[in-house]
Amino acid sequence: MASITVTVDGVKYSDEVEPRLLLVHYLRDRLGKTGTPVGCDTSNCGACTVHMNGVSVKSCAVLAVQADGAEITTIQGLANGEWHPLQRAFNTEHALQCGYCTPGMIMAAADLLRTNPHPSEEEIRDGLEGNLCRCTGYENIVRAVRRASEAGVTP
Amino acid sequence: MTTDTQAAAPELGKARTRKEDARLLTGQTNWTDNIVLPGLLHMCFVRSPFAHARITSVDVSAAKDMPGVIAAFSGADFGDEQGSLPCGWPVTEDIVMPPHPPMATDEVRYVGEAVAVVIARDRYEAADAIAAVDVNYEPLPPVLDMRAALEEGSPKVHEAGNKCYVWPFVQGDIDAAFHDAPVVVERTYRQQRLIPCAMEPRAVVASWVADEVTLWSSTQIPHVLRFALGAFFGIPEQNIRVIAPDVGGGFGSKLQITAEEVLAVLVARKLGRPVKWTESRSEGNLTVHHGRDQWQRIRVAADRDGRLRGLEVDLLADMGAYLMLITPGVPLLGAFMYPAIYKMDAYSFKCTGVFTTKMPTDAYRGAGRPEATFAIERIMDELADELGMDPLELRERNWIKHEEFPYTTIATLVYDSGNYEAATARAKELFHYDELRAEQQKRREAGDPVQLGIGISTFTEMCGIAPSRVVGSLRYGVGGWENATVRVLATGKIEVVTGSSAHGQGHETAWSQIVADKLGVPYEDIRVLHGDTQVSAKGMDTYGSRSLTVGGIALAGACDKVIDKAKRVAAHLMEASENDIEFTAGRLHVRGDPQQGRTIQEIALATFTAHNFPDGVEPSLDSEHTYDPENFSFPHGTHLCATEVDTETGRVTIRSYVAVDDVGKVVNPLIVEGQVHGGIAQGIAQALYEEAVYDDDGNLLTTTLADYLVPSAADLPHFTTDRTETPATTNPLGVKGVGEAGTIASTPAVVNAIVDALRPMGIDDVPMPCTPERVWRAIQTARDSGAGQNGGGQ
Repeated sequence: MASITVTVDGVKYSDEVEPRLLLVHYLRDRLGKTGTPVGCDTSNCGACTVHMNGVSVKSCAVLAVQADGAEITTIQGLANGEWHPLQRAFNTEHALQCGYCTPGMIMAAADLLRTNPHPSEEEIRDGLEGNLCRCTGYENIVRAVRRASEAGVTP
Repeated sequence: MTTDTQAAAPELGKARTRKEDARLLTGQTNWTDNIVLPGLLHMCFVRSPFAHARITSVDVSAAKDMPGVIAAFSGADFGDEQGSLPCGWPVTEDIVMPPHPPMATDEVRYVGEAVAVVIARDRYEAADAIAAVDVNYEPLPPVLDMRAALEEGSPKVHEAGNKCYVWPFVQGDIDAAFHDAPVVVERTYRQQRLIPCAMEPRAVVASWVADEVTLWSSTQIPHVLRFALGAFFGIPEQNIRVIAPDVGGGFGSKLQITAEEVLAVLVARKLGRPVKWTESRSEGNLTVHHGRDQWQRIRVAADRDGRLRGLEVDLLADMGAYLMLITPGVPLLGAFMYPAIYKMDAYSFKCTGVFTTKMPTDAYRGAGRPEATFAIERIMDELADELGMDPLELRERNWIKHEEFPYTTIATLVYDSGNYEAATARAKELFHYDELRAEQQKRREAGDPVQLGIGISTFTEMCGIAPSRVVGSLRYGVGGWENATVRVLATGKIEVVTGSSAHGQGHETAWSQIVADKLGVPYEDIRVLHGDTQVSAKGMDTYGSRSLTVGGIALAGACDKVIDKAKRVAAHLMEASENDIEFTAGRLHVRGDPQQGRTIQEIALATFTAHNFPDGVEPSLDSEHTYDPENFSFPHGTHLCATEVDTETGRVTIRSYVAVDDVGKVVNPLIVEGQVHGGIAQGIAQALYEEAVYDDDGNLLTTTLADYLVPSAADLPHFTTDRTETPATTNPLGVKGVGEAGTIASTPAVVNAIVDALRPMGIDDVPMPCTPERVWRAIQTARDSGAGQNGGGQ
């Protein structure tokens, strides 16, 4: 067992964890942060994307012990009193259907807009390449990210 | 309140953003894997590494000693208790229906088949312990090729042989149609095996309290699942509650009664503790039922002027190792659709179902209809080439004219309405068809290494599954009705209970819009409940683009009953005759006096208190309606795809994609457009990217999303979509369904475009998925054989 201290969505947690425990399972099973889902076991789908110290990571590809001392933001901590511009844009543009990929897609898009506040359509598509959606064909996701970028997303 | 406020803006047709999104966008979802119960245990399965083997022993004792392990069982430990997974569609009287125990006991018939289960305190411990289960196998020869499986002397998947059934269907004089036909074109197409890949892996939680069980499952069909557990596994139906909480996509893959669901119920009962199972993606790719997997031999006879005379289709359909819920019926859903939108004199169809040692196939988005549409739309292009005719012109010559509806097709379906001319004209306009043809010609003449191809798909489909009597005549196991209840609460708010079980389709929004219009109640005052058999007792669930066309009509019917009940109360309160009460613009009023009157919401409180109530009338406006459709519905459309094919590398790029769909009346255009987008993406995925690949030993090679190429945003183009609107005449809302249209239409549009780009090189097919390697090989083969007159990349 290893001791870790992690801040998740603004709350500090100290826990004993197995060294092999994945961050996503720590979030879901230990902290009850079930807003972040798991969609695969090879880090291809991106459903579990969260921010670690402000940068997007696939939380199935990070061990909980690697998050020791880190600040994690999940989809459940993204809204700050009111919805984040990406959450609003995803709603407006109907950029989600079943919603399973949505938390990861939004967290990845937020990181994309942090590094490139005004991406072209191609840059949006390339930037979200690591996040799979089976419902939308991405058309409305691209529109939503563009809408959020036009609204001006501050990281 | 003025009389007009509620009727001012009709909800039907309004692009409402979705109610569902609030929880989905903020992580407040309730996926099955989120569910935690006191004492919850985790199941993990030991699965066969062999495609075909005899099980000589299963020893779970060492696993039981592993840390955290509570129990471990082999299939034999359940004996007869585990029963056999049901097939609900025995398509012929003499179909071979082998037993299908949830866990194999004596023989395994595909890689991934469950042979033992370990139950532990957490998911990591359960996963660790399966390695300690000792299973001995005696390998048997795998059966992997459908055609070889039917040959004399092939190893057998089941004792009864590899032929599951033969289902023939003939209409008209097929011999006459082909006899002396000036043109006959024959092709064989391969529908590769696909993996549905809903983003949410399957998950199950089962919990018993005394003799009552609650099963949470990531399923499309909570009601059918409850029925099956009651009918086939000896649990009294009244003691079963099935809950489909938030479900992360289905596409047919969760239209199933699975081994894991049944075993969760049995294990939880055995242990007296709740259990959970959540699959990994690689486990899911192995063991979620697959889709497609057919060989299609198709022949068409025509006159020189292009008029179709007859169509002959001969299918081999891979059932996989067992028959699951509707495995044998999937090709039949396509059987009626090969003639598509075209008139002809005769049609012959035959399907042979074949067992192999692979994961069973079953419904995957479109189920039978994408396969049919692909083959007919592909061969229409081949016929056009044979005739030297523009492929759109050939289609127009043969399609049912808009003034000919209703039209009984050669496959005996009655198409109620459609306007292929309008959809095609609009698609051509948006696509700039003539300009692209001109550019194509230029590139051909210039020998451009990047050739341009134009692909056409003028598709139709049948959805709104299904009129119960019709599917009953095809030996389908259940009915095709749907149920809805409208509860009028005391404060005038509305609860809608629907038997359609949503998993991304937006029912909560669309159903609210229907009720708002029908009852004149604000959209915000309506809540839609679904996916829990204790809340929604009756339902046939969600598949086959049936929710709106069947469930939506049931809902409209329930609303009509509410209005009828409210009229009686209104008449009493307004001291008028019930016959004089009309309901217009959201108000119940005396005929000729729409300014005075009561809203349904006002009647609600009067009904709740029942202080001043008519004699002999029950004080409730709540109403239930069950609707059985009189016919299928037939959405249609024209999809046009332009591809650029690099003849040096084989790389295909979709340059533009235009889809004009006619799904009848539209409740919510935002949702409809989203369904079309997603459908097109899945159809393109079949055309370009996806294939479940087994090796020569029967191992699935595409178990992960690194090997099975679900496309990302970077792999797909922008879609231009539009609609024409030809209302259905067989239901009061005029709706036709949209869930599968995009998938059905897009695959042939893309492949037709690729072949069109390469046709001058003498290429008339590229097998799917049309990967750069396959396209490149097709080009090399054509060049080596000296085929082709001109064209690119010389």
